[in-house]
Amino acid sequence: MNPARPRVGQGAEPLVQREQPVADLLLRGAHVVDPRAGIDARHDVLVRAGMVAELGDPGSLEAPDGAEVLEGEGRHLFPGFVDPHVHLRVPGQEHKEDLDSGTRAAASGGFVAIVAMPNTDPVVDDATVLRSLREAARREARIPVGFLASITRGLAGEALTPMAELSDAGALGFTDDGRPVHRAAILRKALQYQRLCGGVLALHEEDPSLSGAGVMHEGEVSARLGLAGIPSISESTMIARDAAIAGYEGGRIHIQHLSARESVAAVAEAKARGVERSGDEREARGRISAEVSPHHLTLTHEAILRAPNAQAGEAGRGGGSGLDTRLKVNPPLRSHDDRRALLDGLRDGTIDCIATDHAPHAREEKEVPFEEAPMGTTGLETCFAAVYTELVVPGVLPLGLVVEKLSAGAALMGLTPPRIAIGRPAAMCLVDLASEWQVGEAGYESRAENCCFAGRTLRGRVLATLAAGAVVYRDRAFALAPA
Amino acid sequence: MRHLLSIEDLDRPGIERILDRAKSFTEVSEREVKKVPALRGRRVLNLFYEASTRTRSSFELAAKTLSAEVINFVSSGSSVEKGESLKDTVQTLSAYRPDLIVVRTPHVGAAELVARWSAAAVVNAGDGKHEHPTQALLDVYTLRERLGALDGLNIWIVGDVMHSRVARSNILAFTMLGARVTVCGPPTLIPRGMEALGCAIRYTLDELDEADVVYALRMQKERMTESFVPSLREYAALYQIDGRRLGARQVLMHPGPVNRGVELVAEVIDSPQAMIGQQVAAGVVVRMAVLYELLAGSSGRAGIQSRLVTA
Repeated sequence: MNPARPRVGQGAEPLVQREQPVADLLLRGAHVVDPRAGIDARHDVLVRAGMVAELGDPGSLEAPDGAEVLEGEGRHLFPGFVDPHVHLRVPGQEHKEDLDSGTRAAASGGFVAIVAMPNTDPVVDDATVLRSLREAARREARIPVGFLASITRGLAGEALTPMAELSDAGALGFTDDGRPVHRAAILRKALQYQRLCGGVLALHEEDPSLSGAGVMHEGEVSARLGLAGIPSISESTMIARDAAIAGYEGGRIHIQHLSARESVAAVAEAKARGVERSGDEREARGRISAEVSPHHLTLTHEAILRAPNAQAGEAGRGGGSGLDTRLKVNPPLRSHDDRRALLDGLRDGTIDCIATDHAPHAREEKEVPFEEAPMGTTGLETCFAAVYTELVVPGVLPLGLVVEKLSAGAALMGLTPPRIAIGRPAAMCLVDLASEWQVGEAGYESRAENCCFAGRTLRGRVLATLAAGAVVYRDRAFALAPA
Repeated sequence: MRHLLSIEDLDRPGIERILDRAKSFTEVSEREVKKVPALRGRRVLNLFYEASTRTRSSFELAAKTLSAEVINFVSSGSSVEKGESLKDTVQTLSAYRPDLIVVRTPHVGAAELVARWSAAAVVNAGDGKHEHPTQALLDVYTLRERLGALDGLNIWIVGDVMHSRVARSNILAFTMLGARVTVCGPPTLIPRGMEALGCAIRYTLDELDEADVVYALRMQKERMTESFVPSLREYAALYQIDGRRLGARQVLMHPGPVNRGVELVAEVIDSPQAMIGQQVAAGVVVRMAVLYELLAGSSGRAGIQSRLVTA
């Protein structure tokens, strides 16, 4: 991120995936929306040997011999999505997800690169774990995967990991995600060490002394249900603290999964302060970035309430009755007002990107009383459709902004964002915006089924995904036109 | 109504129907043979994951008075201690074909899960800090017996509102029947957003004399160690209901068990204003009425018929 801070070694390639045959195909007449490339029009796109070879007016390009033709008429082509926040659960929790199923889920959601979190068992806190994980990804991952290593050993918040060695072994950056770095002095040392090893520090912001035993947002709904609440300030006060430490050390931090109005304000203030201090707006704004999840953008704590007078068992598939553990996430779903602030933050650039925080859990882990259930929802397969259905269709957010925010996480992790441009590797997804589907009806690509949107009818279906030059996903119902 | 999981499963006529039926059952307790055959041959399963004296015994007595068979399942000594999940326990016990399950657990929403996982009717006898609807019904019954209607009554609920399922069910039931509810306690024990339940909030007892009914909640000693209150002494100084604070025209209630000397003192517990004994007595007839409503009431009967048809 910062050219003044070279890595100790040459570093490894940032992303790994299994080898796949490169694509030769013509995408005919799709409406291409790529805000970064300045495209918003129908085009033919020719992919040759995995690279974008030609862009032309609809109907102007011919498929070379042996190339497939994908019919794009009435469909949209986007630069592929990049998710900087995914739990692949490998190593150690393969009953929840594995590299194959997690990357298959990602590909089916239009993602062309994802970044996996290190809160696994064992934790990715030393180079041997990271190396073997990357080896496994070279065999199994269907799309390019990057890995963050932990900031502290065993996520215990006590001692720094060998960050320089981890960086050399291929860590894109560092995070203790799932937990905050509770001790300010440890975070400060990590930020100092960042000058040596580079890489972003991605921060899960939560003051455990405030969140306590909380299981949902503190507000009217938690009061009604008698559930312990997690106050908004447990997030925002830690953001303010960490932004101050990062500002002092001149470090680079990325705030994960914003959920509260106060948190958006804390990030906005930190960005403004940075601009004041350095005078270089671009550089200063790059020092603190933030992400928001599709579920925090589209749902509120009220979804956890039982529908009035609904009797258990009467509700259809996917809920209707209350306390659905799929809605138990950390940070929690908050109020309408918080949701509005997140949308404003995304519009005005305070929030840089959308990240799913895809957090798969096994069925038996979630089939327990709400307070007992682990936190997290899956998100890769529903991310685009949920945001499109709930925010773009009703006119809350423009399509171009959503497409841009769905891959903006790449640059934040030090990766090249996908672009539909000649000479660039094919990293794109073909989407039918008119197609409706019911979440969960046909099962999931993920091993897990704890999706907070289960049972909802969403619009927008990914028909095909190309990542790193290869066709990595095709919808079952998507028939190929003859060449 | 197929289950009683929350007071919100009922409306005002529904509550009044249950109270009227409870009233009609009082006559049974005065008979020499305290039994009627209303639920003969039906099975009631008491599934208790938490200690309980009056709730469990009054459900058992209610079921037996109506001639139902009662099976008691308590979590200690059961396979729960071997790590059996709630779902597996419920599905296992459902193989005994209970017609109704009375469930108490420390977890919010667990009664609703039991209803989802079993074909039986389910009565929530307390799910964490969420609800305890039969307690609210017996409290409403007790008040109606003493004061007639609840319309226009001022009811103060005093104490640890945050950790009280009784407070939540009672606020809903009292307001549904036309009373105005004020909750009062230390700000640390009144959750943010509580006013959304339709109650007023006070942090001192200064205006307690406006109350027609004073409903004191149990103050658990462990709240002290979690810094919700600095000491029980300070709590008692500010919120204890004693002879000076309780007026002669006011009625005093408490869900039990009482911490004598903490939320209440002996002089008010034993005063004519106190209705604590009546509340316990009402527990049996009100729970009889709830069991009857679910197993032999109009919707209950329809449920049986539909089960016969599908069988």
